[in-house]
Parts: sequence; C-alpha cells; structure tokens
Amino acid sequence: MSEAIIKLDHVVKEFKSKDKKKPMRAVDDVSLSINKGDVFGIIGYSGAGKSTLVRMINALERPTSGSVRVLGQDLTGLNESGLRPLRRKIGMIFQQFNLFSTKTVAQNIAYPLVLDHWRKDYQERRVSQLLKFVGLEEHANKYPSQLSGGQKQRVGIARALATNPEILLTDEATSALDPETTGEVLDLLQQINRQLGVTIVLITHQMNVVQKIANRIAVMSDGRVVERGDAYSVFAAPKQEITRRFIATAISGIPDAERVVDMRRQWGGRIVTVLIRQKDAQNELDNSVVPSSGQNISGLIAKYGVSTNLIYGGIDTVTGYAIGAMTYELAGEPSVIDGFLGELSRDSDVLDFGTAQDPVDYDTAVSTPLGGLKAHPAGNGDTSETGGYGNADNADRADTLAGNADDAARSTSADSDGKEEQA
Amino acid sequence: MNAFNVITGSLAVKSMTTITLASDQDWSILKPMLFQSIAQTLEMVFITLVVGGILGLVLGVILYGTRPGNLFQNSVIYRILDVIVNIVRPIPFIIFLAAIQPLTMKVVGTSIGTAAAIFPMIIMATFATSRLVEQNLVPVDRGVIEAARSMGASTFTIVCTVLIPEALGPLILAYAFLFISILDMSAMAGYIGGGGLGNFAISYGYQKFDPAVTWTAVIIMIVLVQVVQAIANMLAKRILKRQK
Repeated sequence: MSEAIIKLDHVVKEFKSKDKKKPMRAVDDVSLSINKGDVFGIIGYSGAGKSTLVRMINALERPTSGSVRVLGQDLTGLNESGLRPLRRKIGMIFQQFNLFSTKTVAQNIAYPLVLDHWRKDYQERRVSQLLKFVGLEEHANKYPSQLSGGQKQRVGIARALATNPEILLTDEATSALDPETTGEVLDLLQQINRQLGVTIVLITHQMNVVQKIANRIAVMSDGRVVERGDAYSVFAAPKQEITRRFIATAISGIPDAERVVDMRRQWGGRIVTVLIRQKDAQNELDNSVVPSSGQNISGLIAKYGVSTNLIYGGIDTVTGYAIGAMTYELAGEPSVIDGFLGELSRDSDVLDFGTAQDPVDYDTAVSTPLGGLKAHPAGNGDTSETGGYGNADNADRADTLAGNADDAARSTSADSDGKEEQA
Repeated sequence: MNAFNVITGSLAVKSMTTITLASDQDWSILKPMLFQSIAQTLEMVFITLVVGGILGLVLGVILYGTRPGNLFQNSVIYRILDVIVNIVRPIPFIIFLAAIQPLTMKVVGTSIGTAAAIFPMIIMATFATSRLVEQNLVPVDRGVIEAARSMGASTFTIVCTVLIPEALGPLILAYAFLFISILDMSAMAGYIGGGGLGNFAISYGYQKFDPAVTWTAVIIMIVLVQVVQAIANMLAKRILKRQK
C-alpha cells in the first residue's frame, strides 16, 4: 500500500467565458489520488482540461471548488507566499521548455537554488552535479537559444530537479520534440523516477509516451476523468471509446474493417483475431476484472491440428506485460475449427470475421466475441460502457452485451483512492 | 570670429570654418555660456532620465502586471492608470509646462529655473516611460513567468530577475528613445528659464540672427544623441544576440 502524495477531491475549475452567463468548466469534478513513486499519466486531447488540472497541483491555478492536497498539505488554504516552500518540492517542466533566455544554462539551473538562498559554492556544486546527470556538462555556459529542443528540455529537467523535489509535473514535455529525442527524454524521466524516487505526473496527448513510462493512467475528456487505472489494465481493457482511440495510436492489434475485407479476399480460410492479454486487467472505476486472453493459442493449435497462417497483428508491452492481438487464417475441417475456437474462446477473446463466402459483419465481430465478453463488471450495475473491443462505434450494441452485475457489495464510488497495489 | 573657429574646430566640423556666417557676437562671452548650457542640459536630462526612468519603470511594470491575466491582474487599477497615461501623454510638452505651473510652484517653490524645469520633465518622462516599458514587457513569454512561479519565486523577484531581464534588450532601446524625448523636452524647458542648449540656441542664435550659434547647439545635441543611441544599440545587440 502506498501513500497518496497528491490527492484531488471533487475539484472543479471554471473560467470566465466570453458568454458571460455561463462560465467555461475546464475541470469538472475530478477526484484523483496519486501515490508516492507513481508515474501517473494523464492523457487527453487538447482542451480536455489536463493542463489546468496539473496546474492545480502546484497552485498555478486555484480550483473553483474542491480540495487539493499535496504532500499532506491542503493547497486551497494557502496564499502565494504560503505556497512557496511547497512549490520548491514540486518541480515542473513544460512543452515550450520556458527557459530564461538571457541566462546561461548554468544560471537557469541555479535559479531555483538562488530563490532558496543556497550558498554560492553549494549552488555551483549542485549545478555541475545536475549538468552531469542530464548529460550537458559541456554546455554550461551556453544560452538556451544555442541548444537543440532535446537539450533545452534537459536543462528544464535539471532546473526542475535542482531543489530535490518529491514531485515532478511534466506538461506535454515531449510534444515539441522529435520521436528520438522524445525517447531520450522519457528515459531520463524514468531514471528520475526510479533512481531518485520522484513521483511524476505526466500530461500528454501522446499515448506512446504514457505507454512507455506510466504505471497508472487517467484519461480526460471534457474536463472529466473518464477512465482510470493501472497502465496495463487501461491498455488491456479500455472501457471508453476515447481510450480505445488513444490506444489505437500506440498499439496496433485489431485490424480495421477495410483490412478485414482484404484479408478475407486474399486468404481462403476463416479469419479470426485473438486478443492477447498476458494477465488480468482491473478497472479502478467500477472494479471490474477482464481476465487474461490468448495465452494458450499455440497449445490449442497443436492439439486440434488446425492449419493456421498468422496474417496480421501486433503485441506491445505495457508495464512489462504483453498486450495486443493476433489475426489468423484458419483452414481445415469446419468441425475441427469450430472445436478449436470453442475451446480457445473459453479463456480468450476471439473475434470471428468469417470467410469470404460466409463473412461476419465487422461491427458484430468486434462487439460480440466468441464465447461472450470476458469482462466481469462488479460495480453498481451501470455496465453500458462495457462494450466490445474494436475501434468501431458499438455503444448501442453494448447494452445487450452487458455482463452480469453480480457483486454489488464490491462496488466502489468513482472517487475512491487507487487501491490496487503498486510495486 | 576667432573663438568661433576654435569651437567648430573642437567639434571637428572643419567645413563650417569655410562658411562665412553673420556672426558679430563675441565668442569669448558666448563660450562659457555654451559650456554652462551644456552642463544645464546634461543636468536636466540626466536627472529626468534617472528619476523619470525609474518611476516610469515602476509605473510601466504596474501597468503590465495589472493587465488582465498577468502577474497581479487588477482591471480597475489597470483601467485608471491607462486613462491617466493616455490623458497626460498627448499634451504637447510646452503646454504641459504652463498647465502644470501651479503644481511646480507648490512642489519646487519657484516656477522658473532649472529645478522648476526638471519637475514637469520628470512627470512627463514618467508617463512616457511607463507606456514604453509596458509595451516592451507585453511580448515577454508568459511561460517563463509561469516557470518562475512554479519554482516559488515571489512576484517582486519575478519582476526583477525574470520579467525585466527577459525584456532588457528592447528596454535599453526604449530608454535611448526616451533620452531623445527628454533632450527635446529640455530644449523647451529653456522657455521657463531652465537654461540649457535649447535656450542657448534660441536666445543667442535664433533671436540674434546668428545661425552659427544655433548650429553649434544643434550639432552638440546631434552628437549627444548619436553617442547615446550607439551605446544603446551596442548593448541591446549584445543582449538580443543571446536570445536569438
């Protein structure tokens, strides 16, 4: 059990809008708790309110209502000068780096130390230590304009870490960087989390960023947290359409409708997609569990002797566990194939797209896996979100497929603490 | 005539010596007066630049900071200051001198002389500077200010260590521009006995039909402006080079 280092409780943030009567609600009743040592990814499209949300953690923005507790202190009661000591324990890095353009790299990094009244020789030692940590020793006396984007962000990171903060807020820190530099910066952030034990709150619209380093995820849409959980579970069993869209940008797995048509045309046999989940996925919001899937394919293929061709798929790793989908063409006796699929679908999610002669409609295939959905919602009975797995819009169909709400006693409210254990 | 040659020679304007000018004034008398005028001008300009410059910087920072969405936003204060600055700034300085005379009398105790000239100059310079400062602070990246806030810097610290340094290049150029405006004002202040080069040029040059005297004053002012502008350009260039 980890302690909550950041706790947002029913936080609302409204801004005055041009239409004066109705304020714009940027953050709408968000409750989150972030544990010490987490790399907590908050993902959403621009305008979803995630930047406003993260700015309430160091009180650059004040909530309209609700409370924000950070490192055991309630920020809502503190004024600007009362916030200062706390802010020195919360580093922040930005999309546009926000370095002081008339200060050198070393002066930029020393700035928080000057604010903290460090002795000059301590400052110098700390700055060279930080420069070494981010690998910029030879650039100490350069100005930010002489550095590349990735180097600028490293300076930003060094500056944010100067006063040994316990929390690092990163606001789209990699969005202005190319993919290679993004990877380097993410490695650095991971190192900061693991070696220095800094809790990281990561705001991004790039799902691959979250996939790479986050251990917990919240998905924001229109100011609300619509999905939340450990990273593996959110990737393995997304409940919301928006989450699925994000995941599709990071993990390729289930073929789209056009691809399926092509595959049926190109391959004579039955086209079947098996979802891969290395372990069970748990949803934090309704406590539902989606079991692992696709763990015994090879064994069953051997057992039934079906002839298979692996024709499409992708497996990715999230927090060290495999997630993805494999698409096979199955050929042979229809009865053998049926037997094989019957046993396979007992433990795994299998989407059956049929054959060229006997095709299955794409939406039907992705929303009604063979053997039924494996999700077991145990929440308050509101299971309308428990839809299929594809990228298709299948919300209507989801009603008829809703799993059994069998254990009301286990239901928890959406704003309870994150209870799953963390390493 | 002899003294005239010395003066122009010392200004390194050799060609002037070959132009015959109708000057029947005695330069042995004019010369010390010219030096006194230069000293008066420099005194007025320097004091106004320092005092008005600092007051204007403060007022400019307040104007910038109280703007909606800025460091200490306060739309009421912003609007009041904005209107005051807009009222004072367009008044021609020569009119302003006359209009403010009662106040000058109260504050300085007299309404003629150098001190009496400096007071209205400072007021006008303060308002002029404030607008220049505000305009040059607006382009400062708000993200940088936010970064300093996130590190726990106080508003005052942010103004001194982030806001002004980030805008320093353009601010130096703004102050060079201000220097020229103040020099312009100082010439007009001659009218109320402030003395200075402007007064010298009008009294002993223009009114005595002696272009040599007028031009002597003009050239000194041109040189002053050139020197100040060149220094400002050099400093600003050095700072701006870091940022670009």
